[in-house]
Parts: sequence; C-alpha cells; structure tokens
Amino acid sequence: MKWIAAILVALACCAPAAAQERLVISLSNQRVAITSNFAGEHLVLFGTVQRGAGAPPRDRGYDIVVTVTGPKQTLRTRRKTRVLGVWVNVDSRDFVGVPGYLAVLSNRPVNEIADREILRRLQIGLDNFILRQHIGPDFADTVPDDPFRVAFVRLESERGLYAQDADAVTFLTPDVFRASIPLPSNVPTGDYNVDVKLFADGKMAAHTNTGLDVIKVGFEQYVADAARDYGLLYGTATMLMALMTGWIASVLFRRD
Amino acid sequence: MQIYLPIADMPVNIFLVFGMGIAVGFISGMFGIGGGFLMTPLLIFIGISPAVAVASVASHIAASSFTGAISYWRRRAVDIALAMMLLAAGIVGTAAGVALFTELRALDQLDLVIGISYVLLLTIVGALMVNESLHAIARARHGKSPMLRRPGSHTWLHGLPLKVRFKRSKIYVSAIPVWAIGFIIGFAGAILGIGGGFLLVPMLIYFLRVPTTTVIGTSMVLTLITMASATVMHAVTNHLVDAVLALILMIGGVIGAQLGVRTGQKIRSERLRLMLGLLVLAVGLRFTYELVVTPDDLFSIRRVENGL
Repeated sequence: MKWIAAILVALACCAPAAAQERLVISLSNQRVAITSNFAGEHLVLFGTVQRGAGAPPRDRGYDIVVTVTGPKQTLRTRRKTRVLGVWVNVDSRDFVGVPGYLAVLSNRPVNEIADREILRRLQIGLDNFILRQHIGPDFADTVPDDPFRVAFVRLESERGLYAQDADAVTFLTPDVFRASIPLPSNVPTGDYNVDVKLFADGKMAAHTNTGLDVIKVGFEQYVADAARDYGLLYGTATMLMALMTGWIASVLFRRD
Repeated sequence: MQIYLPIADMPVNIFLVFGMGIAVGFISGMFGIGGGFLMTPLLIFIGISPAVAVASVASHIAASSFTGAISYWRRRAVDIALAMMLLAAGIVGTAAGVALFTELRALDQLDLVIGISYVLLLTIVGALMVNESLHAIARARHGKSPMLRRPGSHTWLHGLPLKVRFKRSKIYVSAIPVWAIGFIIGFAGAILGIGGGFLLVPMLIYFLRVPTTTVIGTSMVLTLITMASATVMHAVTNHLVDAVLALILMIGGVIGAQLGVRTGQKIRSERLRLMLGLLVLAVGLRFTYELVVTPDDLFSIRRVENGL
C-alpha cells in the first residue's frame, strides 16, 4: 500500500504546479541555413502563457526572459602588456566551453524582473551567466567585474555574438508574446538552445526550451566538409586552382 | 555584394577582397615579392582570423607568382639553376626555423620574438635599400653608371671557394653565400610566416650582384614553389585554407601581377629598388608604431583550435 501513498503524495505536490501557468512556444524557423549570400537573420519566437485552473491572479502581469545559447567553444582572451618598450600579448585566460553565441532577451531589464539572488541562481543576464575560465589547474567563473571576463563579454558583444536586450520581447496581449532573436552574419554553426522563462511577481512561474540548428548547406557545406575530411585532396585542388588561374591570366594578357 | 566564406565562417564584400587581390598582385608582379607581408595584415584587418588568413594567402601568392614567373620565363629572365640551389638551402632553413619556432613557443616568448624581429628586419632592409638606391640614382644623375656591377667591385664573398657559374644571371660566385641566403629565407619564412621575397630580392642584388632583371623572375619561381607547397601543407595540417576566399584573391592577384610585371619592366632598376625599399620601410615603420604606441584595446579574443 506504500506505493499508492507515494503516488498520492506525488500528485498532491505536483498537481498545483501543473495547474499553474504553462508556456507554449514556437520558433519561426528551427533550421537556419547558411548559404553564399547569408548576411545574418532575425528569428521570431512566438509564445503564449496558458493559465491553469490553479493559477493565482497575476495583477502585475508576466515577464519573459529568453536565453539563446550557441555551440560551446573555447576562446582565449589575451591582454597586452608593455615589455621592453613594446606591446605584446603576455597574459591570457581560456574561457572553456562557453557559448559561441549568447543572447539574453527580455521585455524589460532583467534586474527589474527578479532579485539578484534569483537571477544569479537561474543564470539570467550576461553578468550572471556562468562563463568558465581555466585558471591554473582549476575551472571556475570569476566575479562579474573580473577584467578578463569584462573584456571577453565586451569583445563578444562588439562582434554581435553576445547581446542583452531588454526590448526584444514584446507582449501582444497579456498572455501572448513575441521575441526577436538577432543572428549576426558571423554566427557559429551548430546546435542552439532557446530557453524561455516566465516570471510573475518576481519569481519563475514556468519555463520551457526548444532547439535551433545553424547549418551550412549546399556549396558552403561541401567546401567545409572537403577541407575537414580530405585535407590533402582539398589542398592539392586549391593549389591547382591557383596554377590554373595564373596560367589563364598569362595567356589572356599575352601580347607578344 | 557580400559572399559567405565557408571556412572563415563570415561574409565579406567580394569587390573589396577582389580589389585587395589586384593591389597586392600588382606590387607582387612589379617587385617579384609574394606580398604576404601586405595581404595577411589586410585580411586580418577586415575580420578574418589570422590562422585562416595566413593559410589562404599562400594560394593567392602561388597564383600571382605563377603568372609572373611565366611572363619572366618568356622574357628569359628566370635563372632556374639559381632558384633550385636557393630552394634546396631554403628547405634546410625551414626545418631549422620550425625547430626554433617550437622551442620558442614552449618558452612562451613567441609573440615578443616575432614582433621585434619582424620590425627590425623590415626597417633595416627597407632603410638599406632606400639608401643604396638613392645613391645609385644620384650616380646616374652625374652621368656615371648606376650599375652595381662595376669592374673591381667584387667583395670578399666573391673570393670564397666552390665557385659556380649561373649562366642566365651571368654571375660566377661561390655556392656558400647562395646556400646561406637560401637558408636565411627558409629560416625567416618558418619563424615569421612570410615568403621572404622582400628579403631575397635585396640579398641577391647586393650580396651576389645578380642583375635586377633576372632577380625578380628567379625570386618568383622560388616563391611559387614554396607557396604552392605551403597551400597543400596548411590544408593537410590545419584545414584552414578557405578556397572561396583564395579564389577571389587569386583572380584579382593574377590580373594585378600581369599589370605589375609590365609596369616593373618599364621602370629603371634603381628606381624600382627605391620603391621597393620605401614600401618595405613603410610597412616596417607601421609595425613599429603598432608595437610601441599604446593600443586602443589591450584585450583580444582568439578561438582556440583543437586545444592549441
């Protein structure tokens, strides 16, 4: 009889949660194809908040935070120092397994949506997202104002790969929202995760996520595969292409 | 018009890259240098990662030096025997350079060594060439022969044993300095990632007294062989040769090189040396400025490829 009791306990604890809000989201495009004229793309995410029977009244409305993370990369941030009168890269830090793309999109500034402790725990916002660094033998994230971390986030933001936008989510009705995800032309290829969190009264009420692929197609895919899998053949072909181009030019330009 | 580069993973303006190919190809054809020391920084400047830039530039140089070499070959201005001896020495030098490169990387002082030696090399070679060619031009003004090869102008290099005759260049010199020059070019090329044409041309002129007419064609044949093999090696080891980028660059490069060869043959040789000297000096000073002046941004990001 113990297991029946366990099920009853489980139902008792989880039933109210299921009866609260639920998020239903849909992405305009789950597969971004990089072709020869790819110059960046804006994806649109639509979502609705489905209120269960047990959902408490939310007089202050909902907040949405969308966190899009790209494929993991290891990126080295280097700092120049003056040595013997010249500026050279001396110190460096490796950011290990950090997303190659990171966008935090919300309907208003994240620090107005929830308090710092909650944001930190849920890794919401560029300051709170854990960016692991290789420091000596350890892997750890540092304080948000660590100079290497600040420089890393700033440089990635300048390249359009890291972004935090408090205007990117708009509510069309109190329950229906729309988010615009900017993918710049230099986005890394790979699997992306789109994580959507619903906040009400400063607390997370629901969350869901979906995937997104950024892939090269056609000719771009073919060239990238050939370069990776058939290095010798690819290199020889490129060299022959160079010789052909050189020879054709000398024939075309021959006057004597 | 933008085109997406499949290996560099970014779009570039096709006309901008094409124009850069023509400009560097022109300089390459005119002076018989590869032009990598100009093209690589240009590509990095437009946002292409240094590793992809270095690997892809090699094939561009191969194309423009091949078209240049054909033109000089037709004009009978290539000394193939000299080129082959330099090449053999260059291979030995490259092996030594790669060994030192690995050693320096282990000591973590690579950036400093590369930065300083690059600047010193460019500035000194450029200044020497400018100085010499200005003297030659002045001599020509006074009605004297501007030629370097005057009777009795033989240096101690010509007194060394193991003499070899290079018929096309009309020189009879010891094989020792030829091997030394080839070794230095290969060594510098491996450490600094340059083809070394801008070093080879002045060394052949000043040390071996090779006539300027055969120097350029000979240097081009050497550049062609090293860069064609560098293309294949980069593709095999790093997989970072961007064929689309390379194709745009090389089409521009061969057109520029053809025009450069024509222009170069019309200009008097001491003027040509002065122009090359000024160019090398300018690039050297530009790098000096970059090393000495406090940079706008002390930080930079580089993607770590395969844990390197």
